[in-house]
Amino acid sequence: MSSIRCRQLCKTFKQGDEIITGLDHVDIDIEEGEFVCLSGPSGSGKTTLLNAIGGLDTPDSGEIHMGDIRIDRLERGPLADMRLHHIGFVFQSYNLIPVLSARENVEFVMQVQGVPAAQRSRKSLEILREVGLEGMENRRPAQLSGGQQQRVAVARAIVTHPDLVLADEPTANLDSVAASHLMDLFVELNQHHRITFVIATHDKRVMSYARRLIKMQDGKIISDEPQ
Amino acid sequence: MLVDVGLRLAWRNLWRHWRRTWLTVGAMIFSNGLLIFAMSLQFGSYDMMIDNSLHAYSGHLQLQHPRYLDEPKMRYALDNVAAIAERLRRELSLDSISARAAGFALASSEERSYGLQIVGVDPVHEPLVSTLPGLVKQGRYLKPGAAGEIVIGAVLARNLKISVGDELTFLGSGFDDSFAAGIVTVVGIFESGMADLDRALAQVELGYFQDVFAMQDRGHSLIVRARNIDDVESLQAQVKALLESNQDISLRHWEELQPGLRQAIQADMASNSFMYVVLVVLVAFSVLNTQLMSVLERTREFGTMMALGLQPARLSRLVMLETALMTALGLVLGIAVGLVVNLYLSRVGFSYPGMDEVALKFNLPERIYPAISLASMTLGPAAVAIGSLLAALYPALRLYLLTPIEAMRAV
Repeated sequence: MSSIRCRQLCKTFKQGDEIITGLDHVDIDIEEGEFVCLSGPSGSGKTTLLNAIGGLDTPDSGEIHMGDIRIDRLERGPLADMRLHHIGFVFQSYNLIPVLSARENVEFVMQVQGVPAAQRSRKSLEILREVGLEGMENRRPAQLSGGQQQRVAVARAIVTHPDLVLADEPTANLDSVAASHLMDLFVELNQHHRITFVIATHDKRVMSYARRLIKMQDGKIISDEPQ
Repeated sequence: MLVDVGLRLAWRNLWRHWRRTWLTVGAMIFSNGLLIFAMSLQFGSYDMMIDNSLHAYSGHLQLQHPRYLDEPKMRYALDNVAAIAERLRRELSLDSISARAAGFALASSEERSYGLQIVGVDPVHEPLVSTLPGLVKQGRYLKPGAAGEIVIGAVLARNLKISVGDELTFLGSGFDDSFAAGIVTVVGIFESGMADLDRALAQVELGYFQDVFAMQDRGHSLIVRARNIDDVESLQAQVKALLESNQDISLRHWEELQPGLRQAIQADMASNSFMYVVLVVLVAFSVLNTQLMSVLERTREFGTMMALGLQPARLSRLVMLETALMTALGLVLGIAVGLVVNLYLSRVGFSYPGMDEVALKFNLPERIYPAISLASMTLGPAAVAIGSLLAALYPALRLYLLTPIEAMRAV
């Protein structure tokens, strides 16, 4: 899997009697190893686009290709496998499993993938050290600060070295220092592991890290420029 | 999902709301314990009911003329009953086999007359097949070779207004349709607690009966009592093999002799089963409530897991695993509670106010003892476990309908 190609993506939502446009004929190509930021005000369609690319939501019309695979036509099972093996997600509200420790949260995806225990343990400790959580491996999410939880979520997203990381407002709940550390980590992973990053944000500090900035409004791409 | 992560996650999920989990597990423990106790008591009372009823009079097996069961007439008799009884005792190495002959007669005292069944018995072997000889409360039981003696039921004695030492005349019809009449002395009065026997049964010595009723060496039944109720089937097969060549003898199982007993047990089982089903359904609803709440409040978390690449089937398995763990806990602790209660009651017995009347009606002792068996220990808990797992199917299957994005948007 390498590039992402979206063609004429449309998505609407019903809110009461009102029809809200999430995506309005969006065309976008993202190449392997890119570091892309999607920006725009709330309701502009950033998260909807991320969800569509990640196979979490299906568009009303249009096509989404990931390499040679057309993911908008995949059944639930193959789509779940695609997410498991190729995509890492970082959510705004961390979404860690509260009953598992930091290390177990990071190991979770690997366990589902069937990675042997010793390898899981080694990789999870390594990645937690990399995101600055050494010594906190056995803490549960409730025992970690917001920034620390977000770093666990990032570690979980990247530990399997996915082809693509989709991050939705990853710094929204972080202070500036934590946000800056997180973005440095993303850049490093992007450069050293050629992981493609697509980040939805309206945080200008985050946008400053992007090499390509796509601005959205009312479900449409209004600008797409390299940084 | 791999077993290790599934187990760990399921176990920890259980204790997120430990009060709720314990309440549900508590309901399982209570119902498992109650089911074990009730079933053991039920099976125990059935065993006693069967044993007491059969030991009182009819025995476990009877050999009769093929038509005697349906038409208990004098002429449907077996030849040479004493010799057959002796042969069976020898061949089977079992003493508890006794011959009987029976007829109907009108018995009269100085003041009153009543109809009754007179039974000729072997006084040596009758106590080995029946408890009736041991239930003589006044006087004594029959002696071997003692002609002209009779023991009667307490109600009959009251009705005839006679007591031990009084004389009684009876008039009936003999084997050859001749008059059968005799004057006998009451030597004993028994109280079996069974109304039919106490009101209308009298016993005389078999030889005397055969003389008076012109039976010669004939009798109407050979009563066989097995050492244990569990031995009845094998004993039946042995007796059948021994008498294979004799077409004039029918071997009757106690269920044929006392169909009412089996029917009473089946009726009791049916009514109790209804109560058990209600209990299992209540527990199942408790599990359904717990697991449904648990699934609903974790919808976002399930959405995250699906987003990470878990198939809905794996999430369903996780919910089923949680239920299985909860059920296993309820099962183990419930069986332990049931076992402890049963072990205690199997020593001291179980009784409740007013039970003596019920016990008398069903031919039970005043205290009943639970019968601990594999069936009584496992049937109830197995039903609770199956009910609980079935109840968890609904919340588990709901996960199939979830999409990651809808689940993660859940409040």
